[in-house]
Amino acid sequence: MTLETEIEDGLASYNFAYLDEQTKRMIRRAILKGIAIPGYQVPFASREMPMPYGWGTGGVQVTASIIGPDDTLKVIDQGADDTTNAVSIRAFFAKVADVETTTRTGEATIIQTRHRIPEEKLTEGQILVYQVPIPEPLRFLEPRETETRKMHALAEYGLMHVKLYEDIARNGHIATTYAYPVKVEGRYVMDPSPTPKFDNPKMHMSDALQLFGAGREKRIYAVPPHTNVVSLDFEDYPFEIQTFEEPCALCGAHGVYLDEVILDDRGGRMFVCSDTDFCEERRAEGHRGHLSGEAMEAAE
Amino acid sequence: MATAHIVEGGFADPVFASQSVFRAVMDAMARPGSVLPIDAGISPPAPLNAAAAAVALTLADGDTPVWLEAEMAKNEAVAGWLAFHTGAPLAQMPSDAVFAIASNPAHLPPLTGFALGTQEYPDRSTTVILQMASLSDGPVLRLSGPGIRTTNSIAPRPLPGHFEMQWQAINDLYPRGLDLVLAAPDAIACLPRTTRIGNGEA
Repeated sequence: MTLETEIEDGLASYNFAYLDEQTKRMIRRAILKGIAIPGYQVPFASREMPMPYGWGTGGVQVTASIIGPDDTLKVIDQGADDTTNAVSIRAFFAKVADVETTTRTGEATIIQTRHRIPEEKLTEGQILVYQVPIPEPLRFLEPRETETRKMHALAEYGLMHVKLYEDIARNGHIATTYAYPVKVEGRYVMDPSPTPKFDNPKMHMSDALQLFGAGREKRIYAVPPHTNVVSLDFEDYPFEIQTFEEPCALCGAHGVYLDEVILDDRGGRMFVCSDTDFCEERRAEGHRGHLSGEAMEAAE
Repeated sequence: MATAHIVEGGFADPVFASQSVFRAVMDAMARPGSVLPIDAGISPPAPLNAAAAAVALTLADGDTPVWLEAEMAKNEAVAGWLAFHTGAPLAQMPSDAVFAIASNPAHLPPLTGFALGTQEYPDRSTTVILQMASLSDGPVLRLSGPGIRTTNSIAPRPLPGHFEMQWQAINDLYPRGLDLVLAAPDAIACLPRTTRIGNGEA
């Protein structure tokens, strides 16, 4: 860790947590303003990171600016701890910040996530860092930044309601299933990042601090703990989350977000927890779904 | 020796000290009214207190003009120390400041005189660091808003004159406004612009 040991090792080394201190200060200032103005996208001078845009450069810069040697980091990609993006970002911070990493939600102090909120309720003191591709919820409705900025300035969000209304007119229901827009503390409409709308209610009055980093689009925003986060809807078409008919095929959990896994080319499929840590912990506690190893053996 | 005063007393280990101070400021900003200890082991020249100085060293640099309240601006040791350790230029006007530091909040100009951001860019606003003698034995302020489950309270002193009225004016500007860091010598608490102060029932 000290300069001498680095020189003795003969290794070129980066500053702690990769980013230089001036960059961290700039990002830290943006994070503080983001927290002070919940849901407002703070512009920041996003740096090139040793990974391409789209791989979580925004989340990585936020994590690098807040992480300290006492933190324990968990990284998930679509709920899974074991996919390429999660594994490589976890390894990155184990290397450049020498921090403990974990796959257990309850043990982590910082959880960097791509597109899911863990099933286990987050607690005071935990920080959830989202990787965000397109932070502007109005971008696909209005491509000009000058205009969307004016719309946020005036809290003019009618266009978003028109979009949801058109969903209903075309499909009979609100067809938006992910990146479902929310209104934060009654003021800013915010993109919760492409999480399934199943996770939207978990953002409301969360005990954990939520930070959002968009590297390519150069925006940071935040939702403090205990903050109102309301999914947009209509009185006669209230917001609803996805429901699943079957429980998880491996751990038997109900009321969690499931991934569909194709098993063969004859229409065979199974639904399993998208949150791999949640599923593993349930199985360790003895819960079994109908396609778990033991259940299959018993059936034979 | 004036020079020694200016050069000494900063972070012994800037990388890790600023990380831990930042986490305290971030936690305090995310949970308004929570008092977080600051122990950065620094010794700034008086009247700058250790917690306010630690926050300045953590967040200020050449990109962030710092405004000093008159008493401190006249103090060459304070201005020199901050310049040496942060590289931040001094802001001549409160409205030019990214950070403002006041050792005597009673002499603070009106809060609305600081940078309040614009409707389009409310983040372009001053973070005001007010040095406090205490965060627990002043008049009790009841707090509510984002980051607070139901209500929280804090009792800082000394506050700027007509503070609750001034703060109400800041609340009314939302999303424009400014954010406060209340810095007792060994601890901080924050009041972001979203925090409402009311001694009546929320």
